[in-house]
Amino acid sequence: MQFQFAQQGLTWHDTYFLAEGLLNTLELAASATVVGTIGGVVLGWVRTVSVTARVATTPIVDILRSVPMIIQLILANSFLSLAGFSTSPFIFGTVALGAWMAAVTAEVVRAGLLSVPPQYGKSARSLGMNRRQELVYISLPLAFRTALAPWINLVLSLIKDSALAGVIGYVDYMRATQTLITRTHETWVLLLGAGFLYFIICYPVSKYSRRLERKIAV
Amino acid sequence: MIEIRSVRKTFGPLEVLKGISLDVNKGELLCLIGASGSGKSTLLQCINGLEPIQGGEIIVDGVSVHDPKTNINTLRRKLGIVFQQYNAFPHLTALENVALAPRVVAKRSRSDARALAQKHLDHVGLGAKAGSLPSKLSGGQQQRLAIARALAMEPTYMLFDEVTSALDPELVGEVLETMRLLKAEGMTMVVVTHDISFARESADRVAFLHQGEVCEIGTAAEVIDRPQQPQTQKFLRRERQASLDMLERTVA
Ligand SMILES: Nc1ncnc2c1ncn2[C@@H]1O[C@H](COP(=O)(O)OP(=O)(O)OP(=O)(O)O)[C@@H](O)[C@H]1O
Ligand SMILES: [Mg+2]
Repeated sequence: MQFQFAQQGLTWHDTYFLAEGLLNTLELAASATVVGTIGGVVLGWVRTVSVTARVATTPIVDILRSVPMIIQLILANSFLSLAGFSTSPFIFGTVALGAWMAAVTAEVVRAGLLSVPPQYGKSARSLGMNRRQELVYISLPLAFRTALAPWINLVLSLIKDSALAGVIGYVDYMRATQTLITRTHETWVLLLGAGFLYFIICYPVSKYSRRLERKIAV
Repeated sequence: MIEIRSVRKTFGPLEVLKGISLDVNKGELLCLIGASGSGKSTLLQCINGLEPIQGGEIIVDGVSVHDPKTNINTLRRKLGIVFQQYNAFPHLTALENVALAPRVVAKRSRSDARALAQKHLDHVGLGAKAGSLPSKLSGGQQQRLAIARALAMEPTYMLFDEVTSALDPELVGEVLETMRLLKAEGMTMVVVTHDISFARESADRVAFLHQGEVCEIGTAAEVIDRPQQPQTQKFLRRERQASLDMLERTVA
C-alpha cells in the first residue's frame, strides 16, 4: 500500500490521492455504462424479437440481476485468479459492472420496445420502410422515451455500485477514502466527503435526465 | 389496376376471406361496405401485403403482391393506406411525419423531402401546422396528416380503412372533404366506410361484403338504392336505422 505511515493527519497531498480516486470512479462508471448500454440494447432487442434467444439468455440475465454486486465481484475475481487469468482491475471492473448493466438495461429496452403500439410499426411498413428502417426511425426513438427514466436509475445504481470495485483491487474514490480512514482515523470527515462526492456526481445526471425527458416528451 | 383473384385468408381456424374476387379500375372510387367482422380491414391489409394470404392472388399493376420474389417495399410505394386509428408518428412533427418516408424509402435529399412534405401538408390544409407534434393536433387534423403522409410517396392507389369512425362528428366533414378532393384529382381509391351517404354520393362502385365474401357489387345507385340480395337489404336497413338513431341523439 502507498501510505504506510502510522497515525498521520490529513495532508494536502491526500487531496491529490482522492482526486485520483475520483477520476478512477468516473472512468469505471463511464466505461461500464457505455459497454453495458450497448450490450443491453442489443440483448434487449434480441430478447424482444426472438423467443429462442429469450429462453437461452434468461438464466444469465436473472443471475446478474439477482445476485448482489459485491458477491459477483468477489466470486468472479476468485474464479479468474484460480484459472490463472489476470487482467487489470479496470478492465475487470468494466466487464463485471458492464455485464450487470447489460442484463438490467436489456429488460428496460425490452419493456420500451414492447410499449411501442404496433400500429406505428404497421404504418411505417405500409410506407415501404423495411424492418431496419422501422426500428431505427420509429421503434427505437419511441422505446427510448419510455426507457429513459428507468435507464437513468440504472446508471445511478451503477455509479454507486462502482464503489464496490475496491474489492477487486481497483482504487476508486471509495477505496481511496477507506485507505485514508485507516491511516488517519478521520472517519467522519472522509465518509461525509465521499457521500457528498457521489451526490455531486449523481445529482447532475438525474437533473439533466429530467430536462431531457421534458424536451423529448411527445 | 388491382386484381383480386379468389383470395382466401385465415386466422388460425377462422376463415375471414372466403375466396374474394374483385377488380379496382384506374381512377375509380370503390367503396367497401359490410357488417363489423365481414373482413373489410383484412382485405385492405392483404392488398398492400401487411397480411399474408392462404389462397388466391392479388395483382397490382401486373405484379403479384404475395409472390415471395416481389419486392414488397417497392410495391407498397404504389399503395398508400390510412387506418382508422390515428397513427401519426408521435415523436415527429407534422412535417417530419410526411418527409420521413420520401427521405429514407424514396431516397430523396433532405431538402427535397421537406419541400415535398410541405406541399402535401398544404394540399390537405395543414400547411400552418408543419411544426406541430401530432399530440397538438385534433383527430381530424391527424387523419389529414396521415393522408398527406401516404400521398407524399406519390402512390397510384389510396386505401382508406374507416378513417372517420374514430372522429368526433364535427371533425368528419373536413376529412371527407379531403377525400373528395383526391377523387376530383383522379386518384384511384378503395374506401372502407360505414358512412352510407358518403358511399352513395362519392363512390363509382360499391361492394357489399358479407361473411368474407362479395355478396353484391355494382354502381352506388344499384347497390345502395336498389339492393338485390336480402343480406344487403337487411344491412342497409340497419345502417340507416343506426344513423337515424345517432341523429336523434345529437339533436336531443
Ligand atoms: N390479427 C388477427 N388475429 C385473429 N383474428 C383477426 C385478426 N384480425 C382480424 N381478425 C378477425 O377477422 C375477422 C374480420 O376482421 P376485420 O377487421 O377484417 O373486419 P372488418 O370488416 O374490418 O370489421 P369492422 O367493421 O369492425 O372494422 C373478425 O372476426 C376479426 O375478429
Ligand atoms: Mg375494420
